[in-house]
Amino acid sequence: MSPELFAYRKAPELMTGRRGDYPVIIVGAGPVGLCAAIDLAQYGVECVLLDDEAALSEGSRAICFAKRTLEILDRLGCGNRAVARGILWNTGKVFLRDRLLYSFDLLPESTHKRPAFINLQQYHLEQFLIERMLQSDRVDARWRNRVVGVAPAADYVDVEVETPDGRYQARCGQLIAADGARSSVRKLLGLESQGQVFHDRFLIADVTMDADFPTERWFWFDPPFHPNQSVLLHRQADNVWRIDFQLGWSADPEEERKPERVIPRIQAMLGPQRPFKLEWVSVYTFQCRRMEKFRHGRVLFVGDAAHQVSPFGARGANSGIQDADNLIWKLARVVRKRAPESLLDTYDAERVPAADENILNSTRSTDFITPKSHASRIFRDATLHLAQDHDFARALVNSGRLSLPFSYTSTPLNTPDHDPFAGTMAPGAPAADAPLHAPGGHAWLIDQLGGRFVGLYFAGSGIDETTRSRLQALVNLPDPVYPVVICPMGETPTERWSDLPMFEDAQDLAVQRYDATPGTLYLIRPDQHVAARWRHFDIHATRDAVQRATRTSEVTA
Amino acid sequence: MTEFNTALNLKAPDDLYEQLIELHRGLTEAQSEVVNARLILLLANHIGDPDVLRTAMRHARAGVEAQ
Repeated sequence: MSPELFAYRKAPELMTGRRGDYPVIIVGAGPVGLCAAIDLAQYGVECVLLDDEAALSEGSRAICFAKRTLEILDRLGCGNRAVARGILWNTGKVFLRDRLLYSFDLLPESTHKRPAFINLQQYHLEQFLIERMLQSDRVDARWRNRVVGVAPAADYVDVEVETPDGRYQARCGQLIAADGARSSVRKLLGLESQGQVFHDRFLIADVTMDADFPTERWFWFDPPFHPNQSVLLHRQADNVWRIDFQLGWSADPEEERKPERVIPRIQAMLGPQRPFKLEWVSVYTFQCRRMEKFRHGRVLFVGDAAHQVSPFGARGANSGIQDADNLIWKLARVVRKRAPESLLDTYDAERVPAADENILNSTRSTDFITPKSHASRIFRDATLHLAQDHDFARALVNSGRLSLPFSYTSTPLNTPDHDPFAGTMAPGAPAADAPLHAPGGHAWLIDQLGGRFVGLYFAGSGIDETTRSRLQALVNLPDPVYPVVICPMGETPTERWSDLPMFEDAQDLAVQRYDATPGTLYLIRPDQHVAARWRHFDIHATRDAVQRATRTSEVTA
Repeated sequence: MTEFNTALNLKAPDDLYEQLIELHRGLTEAQSEVVNARLILLLANHIGDPDVLRTAMRHARAGVEAQ
């Protein structure tokens, strides 16, 4: 790791004595704040990123990154590095005592660019994100800058920042609070995140070893080496393994994190002969909670600052990065006055239900792993025992339901279907990937989407001149729509089409996954979610749908 | 939606009652609890219909706290 990642510089305010004025300030340079900064820069918006530390996260922390997150990282220019460094895994196994109860397979599909999950330590991802961010001069990253005051006004937010060289004042049009579960912005504003505290403690250990365990997620209920509790073993990059031991509420967190307590637990699990090195230990409790609203005027809360879940299901960092993905294209339009402020209300309207879905799933997993009542424990144990002999009970065993992207099915930004469609790609759904054939070789559908509105047009074996000129006219709309044309395999029209991006549906999967017929058009939002779709392309309907998806119809109407 | 049947549906009610008691014979209270939970899970899966199960749960709980 290069130390210049975190070069500290005296803030310009402290040299000029003048208050800084910025379109956007982001507080917190964890994965979510970094994604937000990179995304803003990609949309051409400058921001200041404040972080009270100057280091990568200590310990592995978030380790599971889901397909949807990898697609977002691709859009932000970090996907390849994350996937190259990460560990691919598809199989999960659940054990009761020393017996395998069942295993699940995340079914790797070679017809998607990205796998269901990779495992990667949070500090590696942070490093890739910081290096990517430093490629842009639109992000002013300020380390060891701690926010100590927040004063929101109608038209701006003032923040007071403490640095090694003293305090300074800065003003911004919009403030993004990405400062984690103990958000200081939230505290400074006197806002609360409410929910449920789970009365259990977990010991989390990162261990380096040359182990011949397969790259799988292993979860034990009541294993012989740690009776009456659960244990999770999961591999990360660099031969680092994550081990989570459930300890129970009465465990003493200070005692339990001492190496003389931790090492015997790991030896009991791995056997006395296996050498390992302890990298990082933490004892944690968790909560499932969220703020009532994520948008408070010009202060926008993302990630753990806005909502928290238990770690079972990999929903923390994944949902936080998806928050940033949802917010930033809207914020960029608002900052550049291309959309009204009310577009930011839809960040709240879309991500609050997403947080609720995560909290629901996470709470259910936690209730299974840590039963809160006598009756709950009886049913949990009965389920585990039945699962040894009966298929149906295996579906009830819940050691974490792994993160899937949320569909914004009830958002006001969707244009409701008028034409009949089958399948899952309804307005609000995240766009499905598919393998394509391009003149240069292989391509992925997901890579053609995102960062702007895309009109995904499914051509049959022939397209007329009128359709062609109307597709080209999409880029002249006030908020331009970039056409992408999908043709049947082997039927790319002649070179006179070369001014439109054309792809062949290599395995007919785009047509299947989008239930497309010749003439179907999907309008895809900059965050790669479906905004609208029609069986027949109509440029006026497309323009209206873009206005609806950006709330600009409210201004022009 | 399937109608929830609280009219008599058993050919031999006394037989069923005896079987239930017999099922628990010789078990400790803790073991009986386990058997009951397993029985509920097995029956719930066999029935499958979420409306029927919800209604049954409502009937099962009705009035218990007043007793």
